[in-house]
Amino acid sequence: MLRIIGRRALVAIPTIILVSMLAFGLQKILPGDPILTIAGEERDPQVIAFLREKYRLDDPIPLQYLAWIGQVLRGDLGISLRTDLPVLTLIAQKLPVTIELAALAMIVAIVIGVPMGILSAVKKGTALDYTANAVALSGLSIPNFWFGILLIMLFSVELGWLPASGYVPPGESLSKNLTTLLMPAFVLGNALAASLMRHTRSAMLSVLKSDYIRTARAKGLLTPVVVLKHALRNALIPIVTVTTLLFGELLGGAVLTEQIFTIPGFGKLVVDAVFNRDYAVVQGVVLCTAVGFIALNLLADILYVLVNPRLRHA
Amino acid sequence: MADSAAVPASPEVLAPRRNRALGKFLRHRGAVFGAGVILFFVLLAVFAPLIAPFDPLKTSFSAIRKAPSALHWFGTDELGRDLLSRLIYGARASLLAGVASVAIAVGIGVPLGLLAGYYGGLLDMAISRLAEAMLAIPFLILAIALAAFLGPSLTNAMIAIGLSVMPIFVRLTRGQVLTVKAEDYVEGARAIGLPNLWIILRYILPNVTAPVIVQATLTIAAAIIAEASLSFLGLGQQPPNPSWGSMLNTAKNFMSQAPWMSIFPGMAIFLVVLAFNLTGDGLRDALDPRDH
Repeated sequence: MLRIIGRRALVAIPTIILVSMLAFGLQKILPGDPILTIAGEERDPQVIAFLREKYRLDDPIPLQYLAWIGQVLRGDLGISLRTDLPVLTLIAQKLPVTIELAALAMIVAIVIGVPMGILSAVKKGTALDYTANAVALSGLSIPNFWFGILLIMLFSVELGWLPASGYVPPGESLSKNLTTLLMPAFVLGNALAASLMRHTRSAMLSVLKSDYIRTARAKGLLTPVVVLKHALRNALIPIVTVTTLLFGELLGGAVLTEQIFTIPGFGKLVVDAVFNRDYAVVQGVVLCTAVGFIALNLLADILYVLVNPRLRHA
Repeated sequence: MADSAAVPASPEVLAPRRNRALGKFLRHRGAVFGAGVILFFVLLAVFAPLIAPFDPLKTSFSAIRKAPSALHWFGTDELGRDLLSRLIYGARASLLAGVASVAIAVGIGVPLGLLAGYYGGLLDMAISRLAEAMLAIPFLILAIALAAFLGPSLTNAMIAIGLSVMPIFVRLTRGQVLTVKAEDYVEGARAIGLPNLWIILRYILPNVTAPVIVQATLTIAAAIIAEASLSFLGLGQQPPNPSWGSMLNTAKNFMSQAPWMSIFPGMAIFLVVLAFNLTGDGLRDALDPRDH
């Protein structure tokens, strides 16, 4: 098993190197000269020359990349042009907020998606199945940001039950923290719930056709026992891996959700950086998200091996 | 896939297969509904100047944020512009962005996938690793970064979305080619010395089109949401030209005063995306070779 995990980890290395090249290349295809932005309005030629040397912009691009990747490996992602803070510090400040939001969204997705998928598979071809499928398809088709606006209009503007925006750290007040994150987590988890429902349904349908399930039924076991004890255990194998991969997608989805609910997280950081032409932050965010996503892929592979007895003993 | 791939894609074989697929598609009620909705929005977009009751750019300070009425069916926006007219013209931006970005993705991704799958070796490794690296960056973050770097405009948003979804088509096509190229008729074509380009275009490409069409339909849905998202963030269609995403961006500032400004554009995006998803699902069922 360790060999399988080791092989998968080795395969991830060239992908990470290519991702770093892409993140670096993004800055190179930028229109305009970032140095002119840093140099300010006066654009003193001496300052510009100093900055070009400081950032090694006169070096050939491969050398610039090697210098940059060397810095990255030492934990230096550069300095934000706007805040003058190290990019890594900014990411470290914002990431926990997004991870909390993503974790809550994942809970919403699992609580809604998995039971709906199981029910839909067990009651295949019934009104319940069609309704669950229609709900899932609607969940996949509804734009996150519009769903967020609708929820704000209902629960904040009309009913006044929940705050429309903002974020309270859990250390300050856990109840307020959960109140502020309830709607964003539901919005973010909604599309995921739909996706998870479809995967669960498909996995359950394929397991429910198996011979051992037919045997369990023939033995006279009750349907809930057959479904929850025998079928679900095997159907969970693909569901666990899919859930891990979907967690990575949450980071992308968080961009808009954080924008609507004004949550100071990772997504808002990247949007603000884009609008302020804070390239080092954009580069850092792209690199960190991609490496995180690759790590999640690896984790999904490892989980797949761990939860699948046939591979575990291979 | 193996069953369909085992049969050379000659016109005599393809015609009944196509009819059978069409029959299956037409029996899929959801897919027919989806196709109908798409057709409706395409007609709206094409005949917008004939259908729209008002000029979508014409402001009227006496009609600012008016609720839906007999004159303005969907109400007016913060500058007194007719929302229905802007919605009808906005269909152009959304549909164009969905189709054009997927065309970019298919136009680049499918040839790269064909080359990677057919030739294998170093070329395959280079293309596949690049696709994997691009897939590792969350789609929306990559699209936002590219759109920001290219500059905010509808065209650049389409390019950004197209490039971001392109690796999906590389991976899909490559996988299909690997299955098809192991078939006897491809081996036979090689053995009689047919040129590689001819084998790819005549024998391999027709057998990878079905999954590509299904994926393209589903990706158009994702691309429409992505365009709306970029426009919502101010990186897509620029004012005063209408787009559903940018209309929602403005609407979010008037949620309590003018809720209709949010409801109708969002409903339009939802309907079109739902329609493409339904059609994609129907196409997948109709073109699934396991049922042949």
